[in-house]
Amino acid sequence: MPAVQETVERVKRIDVDQYRYGFETLIESDKAPKGLSEETVKFISEKKNEPAWMLQWRLEAYRRWLTMTEPTWARVDYPKIDFQDLYYYSAPKPKKTISSLDEIDPEILKTYEKLGIPLREVAMLEGVEPKPGDQDPNRRKIAVDAVFDSVSVATTFQAELKKAGVIFMPISEAIREHPELVQKYLGSVVPTSDNFYATLNSAVFSDGSFVYVPPGVRCPMELSTYFRINERNTGQFERTLIIADKGSYVSYLEGCTAPQRDENQLHAAVVELVTHDDAEIKYSTVQNWYPGNSEGKGGIYNFVTKRGDCRGDRSKISWTQVETGSAITWKYPSCILRGDNSSGEFYSIAISNGYQQVDSGTKMIHLGKNTSSRIISKGIAAGKSQNTYRGLVTAHRKATGARNFTACDSLLIGDKCGAHTVPYIEAKNSSATFEHEATTSKISEDVLFYCIQRGLTQEEAVGLVVNGFVKDVLQQLPMEFAVEAQKLISISLEGSVG
Amino acid sequence: MALLEVKDLKVRVEEREILHGLTLTVNEGEIHAIMGPNGSGKSTLSHVIAGKPGYEVTDGEILFKGEDLLAMAPNERAAKGVFLAFQYPVEIPGVSTMNFLRTALNAQRKARGESEYSTPDFLKKVREVSKSLNIPQDMLKRGVNVGFSGGEKKRNEVLQMALFEPSLCILDEMDSGLDIDALRIAADGVNALHSPKRAMVVITHYQRLLNYIVPDVVHVMSNGRVVKSGGKELALELEASGYAQFEDAA
Repeated sequence: MPAVQETVERVKRIDVDQYRYGFETLIESDKAPKGLSEETVKFISEKKNEPAWMLQWRLEAYRRWLTMTEPTWARVDYPKIDFQDLYYYSAPKPKKTISSLDEIDPEILKTYEKLGIPLREVAMLEGVEPKPGDQDPNRRKIAVDAVFDSVSVATTFQAELKKAGVIFMPISEAIREHPELVQKYLGSVVPTSDNFYATLNSAVFSDGSFVYVPPGVRCPMELSTYFRINERNTGQFERTLIIADKGSYVSYLEGCTAPQRDENQLHAAVVELVTHDDAEIKYSTVQNWYPGNSEGKGGIYNFVTKRGDCRGDRSKISWTQVETGSAITWKYPSCILRGDNSSGEFYSIAISNGYQQVDSGTKMIHLGKNTSSRIISKGIAAGKSQNTYRGLVTAHRKATGARNFTACDSLLIGDKCGAHTVPYIEAKNSSATFEHEATTSKISEDVLFYCIQRGLTQEEAVGLVVNGFVKDVLQQLPMEFAVEAQKLISISLEGSVG
Repeated sequence: MALLEVKDLKVRVEEREILHGLTLTVNEGEIHAIMGPNGSGKSTLSHVIAGKPGYEVTDGEILFKGEDLLAMAPNERAAKGVFLAFQYPVEIPGVSTMNFLRTALNAQRKARGESEYSTPDFLKKVREVSKSLNIPQDMLKRGVNVGFSGGEKKRNEVLQMALFEPSLCILDEMDSGLDIDALRIAADGVNALHSPKRAMVVITHYQRLLNYIVPDVVHVMSNGRVVKSGGKELALELEASGYAQFEDAA
């Protein structure tokens, strides 16, 4: 059988039911009543002990949402979502206030263990009880603000961050403790009226992370949050807000996995980033949510709005994403290049298999002078999946000297999948320089045979070729994540070739 | 001792028979040259021995060290010691040559039940081997064959041959796309790897290559069969009189 034919056969047999992270944790939870109404919004706000302004903000968003309709322009196809048939809030029942990892529900810790996330180990090795004089300066620290379902249950490294003046906490706490910052920035990048899903998120967001890095501070560690959906039929509405003040730097890492489901789960997160003069934010994501079973049943619907605002001159925002999961991905991490000489980057690996549908890309909006952006997108489609890159690069009239470079490469495995590239380019001034390169290739039979003749199995050969294909993007990930991402890529490839 | 025995091999590609009953025996330590015009089935033979998909063996057998080679998957054949030096080595962007060599070598060792090389041991070995073949270290850091010249690609094949230590090396039109200097360098590499235990099958159109790699046996293929075998002087004879005389014989 020709190699490609064999790959196709294997892809046909893929069983995403073997999804590695498909398990549930049994813990008591505290749910809002099913469906969405002003009462639901009030319930959530009350659960969070939110101030009146926050409730008002949510209610305005909710009323706005009622007037909006779901967008249909993306190349994704799914049954209509009944928004009244979902739960909008669910939290593990807190026994008491938590001050250390020991007080966390062991069931939750066990879940992290299964995921291979050594929260406890990380905490012990990296800082909860640091041994004096035993610190390896080369070893970067990772602070984990663990999100379990909708509520942050563990926050570590607070002390060291506090010393640096960095605020890193669940956004629900930030609303109470730093209302002036939250009020100033929340919704300033993604307004409540932005789009259907962002508006929904604004009304019902449960929790997420809040980061503020003060002027001139380089955040002493990578900030990392692990998301996980656990409650049946509970939409996850994360809200993250990161502000890098003048001349500061922060790297934020986000990783997601989800347990196996029969019913589709809605996820509509909003992430807002703001950089002031000379500041930089690096935001990395590894996403591996349940993609649905081999018939295309189940799986996460992921409608995400991520946007960064380079508000200050010479500021920089860099998005790196590795997308392997979800039944539907609708996600366009974007940059508004407002400050002069600011720059934006988007590095993406999107792998789709089985019946997954990915419509992802970025928007680079050049408003300031001499702004620059770079887009490197690698799409890999296998099985019966559809993988679309959708990008917008635009230069405003005043964005003189704007520069963009875009490279979109797609790799097809088998002949039942599709890769699509939809680039929009608009230059409203003549000094803008935009470059766009795109390639689509099939994984070549000759390349596979070459590898196999040297002793590799078919699966190893595909893994090697694909890892080479995505290398430019993998290199952009922080070291800790690069390893995890490589593992994820192999896991999704295990599905694609047998 | 016979290393490779091809017996009355018949091979089809799609509906067309390419090899019509080919027989060939290669003993340990021997260098065989297979010559013949375009379309005589030389490359098909090398592909079938290596296990490339797309060929259907309808009759005959291939024994390698006495075992049924056709029953083995292509990667198992590699682990058993079958090496095909490709006429056109492929490029694998983003995969460094070093990483490729290590992955392949360890895959073969694992298949043979041997321990995998640790990173330092592997580096030591690859440095030794590349040094002995005068292959610059920076070539190892580049993507597999990406941006390599024709000569570099062939030297990369020779490097792999040296590293994997196969017992049978099939060189498929190694001379294509090489100038005379590059050809000499590649041939020197091959000669350095010749040993009493290792056999070479050199597939070529032209006698030229055989000035550098001197065969023990020369076979002439025409129309899917070996039509004549002889000593190295047969190659010279062919150079003078051409293949036409054998078209009729087949």
